[in-house]
Amino acid sequence: MIIFTLRRLSLFIFTMLLLTLLSFSLSFLFPGEAVINLSGAINATPSQLALLNESYQTDSNIFFQYLAYLKHILDGNLGLSMASQSVISHEILNLLPATIELSIVALLIAMFIGIPLGFIAAIKHNKPTDNIILSVSMLGYSIPVFWLGLLAILIFSISLGWFPSAGQISLLFEIKLVTGIQFIDILLSDSPYKWQAFSDATAHIILPACVVAVAPATIFIRLARTSMIEVLKTSYIRAASAKGLSFQQIIVRHAIRNALIKIIRHVGLQFANLVTIAMVTEVIFSWPGIGRWLIVSIDQRDYTAIQSGLLVLSCFIFVVHILTDFIYAALNPLARGAKHGS
Amino acid sequence: MARDKIYLEEVFPSPFMQLWLVFRKTPVAMAGFSCFIFLIVLAIFGPVLAPHSPVEGQLNMPLLPPAWHANGDVSYLLGTDELGRDMLSRLMYGTSLTFGLSFIVVLISLVVGVIIGSLSALTTGLKSSFLNHFLDVILSIPSLLLAIVIVAILGPGIDNTVWAVVMVLIPQFVHITRYAVKEEFRKGYVLASRLDGASPFRILYYSIFPNIVDRIMSQATLAQSAAILDIATLGFLGLGAQIPLPEWGATLANGLDLFYIAPWTVYLPGLAILFAVVATNLVGEGIRHALKLRKER
Repeated sequence: MIIFTLRRLSLFIFTMLLLTLLSFSLSFLFPGEAVINLSGAINATPSQLALLNESYQTDSNIFFQYLAYLKHILDGNLGLSMASQSVISHEILNLLPATIELSIVALLIAMFIGIPLGFIAAIKHNKPTDNIILSVSMLGYSIPVFWLGLLAILIFSISLGWFPSAGQISLLFEIKLVTGIQFIDILLSDSPYKWQAFSDATAHIILPACVVAVAPATIFIRLARTSMIEVLKTSYIRAASAKGLSFQQIIVRHAIRNALIKIIRHVGLQFANLVTIAMVTEVIFSWPGIGRWLIVSIDQRDYTAIQSGLLVLSCFIFVVHILTDFIYAALNPLARGAKHGS
Repeated sequence: MARDKIYLEEVFPSPFMQLWLVFRKTPVAMAGFSCFIFLIVLAIFGPVLAPHSPVEGQLNMPLLPPAWHANGDVSYLLGTDELGRDMLSRLMYGTSLTFGLSFIVVLISLVVGVIIGSLSALTTGLKSSFLNHFLDVILSIPSLLLAIVIVAILGPGIDNTVWAVVMVLIPQFVHITRYAVKEEFRKGYVLASRLDGASPFRILYYSIFPNIVDRIMSQATLAQSAAILDIATLGFLGLGAQIPLPEWGATLANGLDLFYIAPWTVYLPGLAILFAVVATNLVGEGIRHALKLRKER
């Protein structure tokens, strides 16, 4: 396990270097001067500019410039937004938790719907149930997410009026920002209307989370189905049935556990996909997350914001990636490295 | 009794023909394939067939509902938008933008990706290992996010969208080609022609490509459905096709403000995207199904 951790750690450092290098080179690829793209100080006076030039070491060679940039990032200084001149690191800290909240709820929905359906399809392999589940899942990953979001708003918020169509919580509730994750903040607050606020926030998150969950759920269906079919073909399942266990016992005691492990490995990869879908969904549902902020920044050509937003978002995706790798390794001894006797 | 075959000669169809023979027998896949052909024809001839101009509107009849509605007009079969532009013509032009461009995008990235992939499969050692790790990092970034990054660098516009999606899809083709070529190289028939003295490029061209073309096609259908969705999503977000162009995603975004009064301006482009992606995915499923059957035999 220690070797595994070290290997992951080196991969983490390598990728972080690559990502910061990419984000650093973006400042040269974007139009305009690199220092201004990095710092976002568009209205800087000559004396301020000289100070910035010194702190980003623009006069020395490119390697020292990169080191200076890294130092700024490690200090938590991502510059100012070109459009609003606000501090980007504060904005990101306020927005990222909303995206995390939406993605995690969507991931849970996708897993709780997708995985059981996939198992059912695998157990009824090559029967009508299997075909129906497969066709529905194909339809699910063919639907463009922005269209699905609009249809959901039209049906569930405008025609039926079950859920609100935009935002994270009704403006009536004043919730102080502590962690940024709405549900935790509500529980921490001492407002007398805590539970009303909680149910309001729940109603707000259901629709966008379901829309985000559709495509990953269909992928979980396929993953669960293939891994279950593979597991059911193995010899230990045959041994279990030779022992005289009923089909139900085999599925519950042996098959589901082994099939689940294989799926967990893919959760990290799916998470990246899910965050992208969440970005588009945030635009439609006016969700105050980092995806919407990033797309608005691209529209406004706010290069400093684009650069830091991408850096933070890709770091976040990568951290989740590594975390799921660890969970997978913790659950499955076979994945930790040298396989003895296999 | 007439016998067409005098000699009892066994015919071995090429892998590509084998794939087609199985593919032909799956009705669902064939339905998808005919829809796919229909879309290609529409993408080429759509601008000729369209009854009206996609950008010039009839300002005296805005927001006309589709023809089956009570207030509809048969000469505007699918209704008009807020500037009186015919929806049917916009969708037909949009086919060549969204579907046609995605097809071209896939072709370009397929050619580039297969060339890089097969060259990299022939190299070994440090170069190959570096490429492998680099590809892994790139492949772990979702395609849409990468496309958004590239558009952010290049600036919004339909041509930049095309380049962005091409660049996003190339690594996938490199990966699959590299993997498939390496796998084939280990097989006996390649060894046989190597012992005959064939150069690596000759082996690649005459022995390997005919045997991996089906896998590359399967990847191409996946890439195509991703390309359609990416182009449409970028268009919807306002980063792709700009205002007057009737790209499906952009048309949908255009109808957004009138969603409640004129829902057809949102339904129709969405249905068009769904139709194109489903047709592509059906073809892909058909290919994968045929591949699986061949492997099991």
